[in-house]
Amino acid sequence: MRLNFTVNGRPQEADDVWEGESLLYVLRERLGLPGSKNACEQGECGSCTVRLDGVPVCSCLVAAGQAEGREVVTVEGLADFARQRAEGCGTGACGTSLQKARRWEARGTDSQTGEGTDLAPVQQAFLDAGAVQCGFCTPGLLVAADEMLERNPNPTDADIREALSGNLCRCTGYEKIMDAVRLAAARQSEGV
Amino acid sequence: MPTNGVPTKITQGSGTKGGIGESTLRPDGTLKVTGEFAYSSDMWHEDMLWGQILRSTVAHAEIVSIDTSKALATPGVYAVMTYDDLPTDVKNYGLEIQDTPVLAHGKVRHHGEPVAIVAADHPETARRAAARIRVEYRDLPVVTDEASALAPDAVLVHEARDDHHIGHVPHPNVVHRQPIVRGDVEAARRRADVIVEGEYTFGMQDQAFLGPESGLAVPEEDGGVHLYIATQWLHSDLRQMAPVLGLPEDKVRMTLAGVGGAFGGREDLSMQIHACLLALRTGKPVKIVYNRFESFFGHVHRHPAKLYYEHGATREGKLTHVKCRIVLDGGAYASASPAVVGNASSLGIGPYVVDDVEIEALALYTNNPPCGAMRGFGAVQACFAYEAQMDKLAERLGMDPVELRQLNAMEQGALMPTGQPVDSPAPVAELLRRVKAMPMPPERQWESSEGADVRQLPGGLSNTTHGEGVVRGVGYAVGIKNVGFSEGFDDYSTARVRMEVAGGEPVATVHTAMAEVGQGGVTVHAQIARTELGVTQVTIHPADTRVGSAGSTSASRQTYVTGGAVRNACELVREKVLELGRRRFGSYHPAWATAELLLEGGKVVTDGGEVLADLADVLGDEAVEVEEEWRHRPTEPFDLRTGQGNGHVQYSFAAHRAVVEVDTELGLVKVIELACAQDVGKALNPLSVIGQIQGGTTQGLGVAVMEEIVVDPKTAKVRNPSFTDYLIPTILDTPTIPVDVLELADDHAPYGLRGVGEAPTLSSTPAVLAAIRNATGLELNRTPVRPEHLTGTG
Repeated sequence: MRLNFTVNGRPQEADDVWEGESLLYVLRERLGLPGSKNACEQGECGSCTVRLDGVPVCSCLVAAGQAEGREVVTVEGLADFARQRAEGCGTGACGTSLQKARRWEARGTDSQTGEGTDLAPVQQAFLDAGAVQCGFCTPGLLVAADEMLERNPNPTDADIREALSGNLCRCTGYEKIMDAVRLAAARQSEGV
Repeated sequence: MPTNGVPTKITQGSGTKGGIGESTLRPDGTLKVTGEFAYSSDMWHEDMLWGQILRSTVAHAEIVSIDTSKALATPGVYAVMTYDDLPTDVKNYGLEIQDTPVLAHGKVRHHGEPVAIVAADHPETARRAAARIRVEYRDLPVVTDEASALAPDAVLVHEARDDHHIGHVPHPNVVHRQPIVRGDVEAARRRADVIVEGEYTFGMQDQAFLGPESGLAVPEEDGGVHLYIATQWLHSDLRQMAPVLGLPEDKVRMTLAGVGGAFGGREDLSMQIHACLLALRTGKPVKIVYNRFESFFGHVHRHPAKLYYEHGATREGKLTHVKCRIVLDGGAYASASPAVVGNASSLGIGPYVVDDVEIEALALYTNNPPCGAMRGFGAVQACFAYEAQMDKLAERLGMDPVELRQLNAMEQGALMPTGQPVDSPAPVAELLRRVKAMPMPPERQWESSEGADVRQLPGGLSNTTHGEGVVRGVGYAVGIKNVGFSEGFDDYSTARVRMEVAGGEPVATVHTAMAEVGQGGVTVHAQIARTELGVTQVTIHPADTRVGSAGSTSASRQTYVTGGAVRNACELVREKVLELGRRRFGSYHPAWATAELLLEGGKVVTDGGEVLADLADVLGDEAVEVEEEWRHRPTEPFDLRTGQGNGHVQYSFAAHRAVVEVDTELGLVKVIELACAQDVGKALNPLSVIGQIQGGTTQGLGVAVMEEIVVDPKTAKVRNPSFTDYLIPTILDTPTIPVDVLELADDHAPYGLRGVGEAPTLSSTPAVLAAIRNATGLELNRTPVRPEHLTGTG
């Protein structure tokens, strides 16, 4: 089948999709977006969390066909999504204005370390707080944490734990992840 | 004797930003938060095929026939291979004993053993084709425990053993046995006023790393193959793979792909050979990615164990003797079992001074899933049992359990049961003091003005209690772990360090084959290079086999050994750079010849702080490069009869205090806080050190209250190979983990550091168990504890 949907603000088309393929498979293997991870394929670990029309879902449990005509945000689009939200474009699908496109220039990113890349506040907080070790759970946690902070800018610890309880991490013991989300919330409320 | 606890003096590099001791951020961090970091499962190649492994559905059986014709006829299938298609006479592999078939031959010895492999153009096609392979099995009786393994008429798991352990084991179904005997237990027992005995059971734990086994094998024009792989030790994989593939080692190239956690589960090979075989057969790149179900079959687990202990003490609480027997279930293949036995025995009585000991540890061959390395490696099981014994002894003596431990705690200079002196700080009593001194979490934290917050209660959002039947308990434990490979193993690492000018600035490049599995070795290597070479720009070269071995990312050894190798190579580079400087500029300033020279902030300076030259000018167009192996102090094997010998490189210690709340009516446990104090010698990166301690602590919590691979005792089949049925701690199950880091230098180690990764996994489990016992008054001799054990309904 042919699939048309929007990913990280860009219309995408995938051809020859087998009906049994998941949204995760199409993102990873057909659209070249391997940021969403496959760690359990049954919705237990949250590593594949993306937003589908704004709602966090395990993309391994979404049949690709269910994404037809809908909007998906993955970890690869999180920085743009957060920036556009901060600029008042809630859906993250506003695209780039002509004026902005004219001002655009290539960023001096380091191809090995990614240094210089624009990050969403929650991504920066994960780095600063030491919340990343092996990093396999990180993309799913970032999407889930970003969505929670959008809904609940001043979460209690219990709120954070509840919101992230669908995302398994095996390296960190979650303490630095808690620190990262607290840090992102604090920076957000200070307007940093 | 070095002074106890004086930090190593560091002059070189103490003025350079981003050096050791700072919490610098991960060099791979940005790629990991943006989704661009390429894990092994993200590898992609034009025209690549997908590999699939067919695994046995039974635990122990003869293979009567294999019919691959329907699989081969499936459209989209490029190759199907069985044992008969293996290219050389070498058809087995193994870390120490080559007893593991690449593909089953004649029989299978455990549930999930690889029988055939398929390559196809779509993963689903490969899966379906594998399912169309018909394998006829004739069941054999299963060996599942000590009784069935050692019975006079026991079926032998391996019929014709010729490995180097067979000469000293009591039965062919025993992989390895290590006794340790010191003093006279019979005489000591007569001095004991109190004797406590216990039998303990430790369940089978899974590493449950989140990134499943995966890799991409690309055939090369010279007939070789290039494997992009997630592993813990590239050169160990290479050594096992090349003979099976029938290739010289230089035609098997290995590059480390991103690794999604390891914890011991990637020490053994998984899909490495299979992917290479299919790539060489089809001439196309082949990618294999396990799903979670297959991952539970695709790597070894932590040995489940039965442990039998007897502790004696005087009325005052001084230990008189310890006698113990530790039976580890190694499953169908040896993997790391012999080394796990060595650890379980030599660390079997914990960090205590006991003159009279009799220890026996052994690993069985059974038809259960193969067991091998997991964080803590033999020391974890023993710690669970000896710490339960210490609590039992304290209760019998009417003593405080922490005081009893402190009274018997080892210090620097103490002798291990192996006769090895502990020749660096051993702050066992101090760690217990520190963890006990931490403030206690407030009682009844669930209470709020709006009623009970069930998220903070046992049962959580299931809303099973608002505090009724909830009892608090507190428990303590301490443990001892060895660092590095032991028992005479040549445990070296190699580092290549290069310094040159790029963009007008001096830049160091560090190239090792160290597997970065998440622990942060890459961060630390960059810090070491900055400290030793006085530069800010450090490039970490991707790990591959174009440089010498870095040993395994296990045994808490990488910062010590590969870190040591990087430091050593940097020192040699520094000498060469200074030599270059002397040649170029020596005549301009006498200090070049007379002063102690340092590299700081991109300059050559005297120890008095005078700047002699810019590094960029010293280097000019030249690159200075050094590749060197580096070794820690040698160790020696344990005597096979007495267990005596200086077998370990270094010891590390951690202590925990657990606070739990138990819903005694439903048997539900909420761990409220799990505090840890650990001596790390020198924290090269404090943020990463704390991350290691918290992560290790949480894996210990998991096996205390939820994690267990359940194997059917009748069929030896795995019953819960999924994250639905094998539970690991979520963020709701995990409490706050306050950490107190002590830094008492080990003068034998680089920078005085002590391996960090494993010690916190040891004492976490017994501390939680002790806290549950404290809350419930139950004996609880097995881990994990399940609700039925607390309600008496199990």
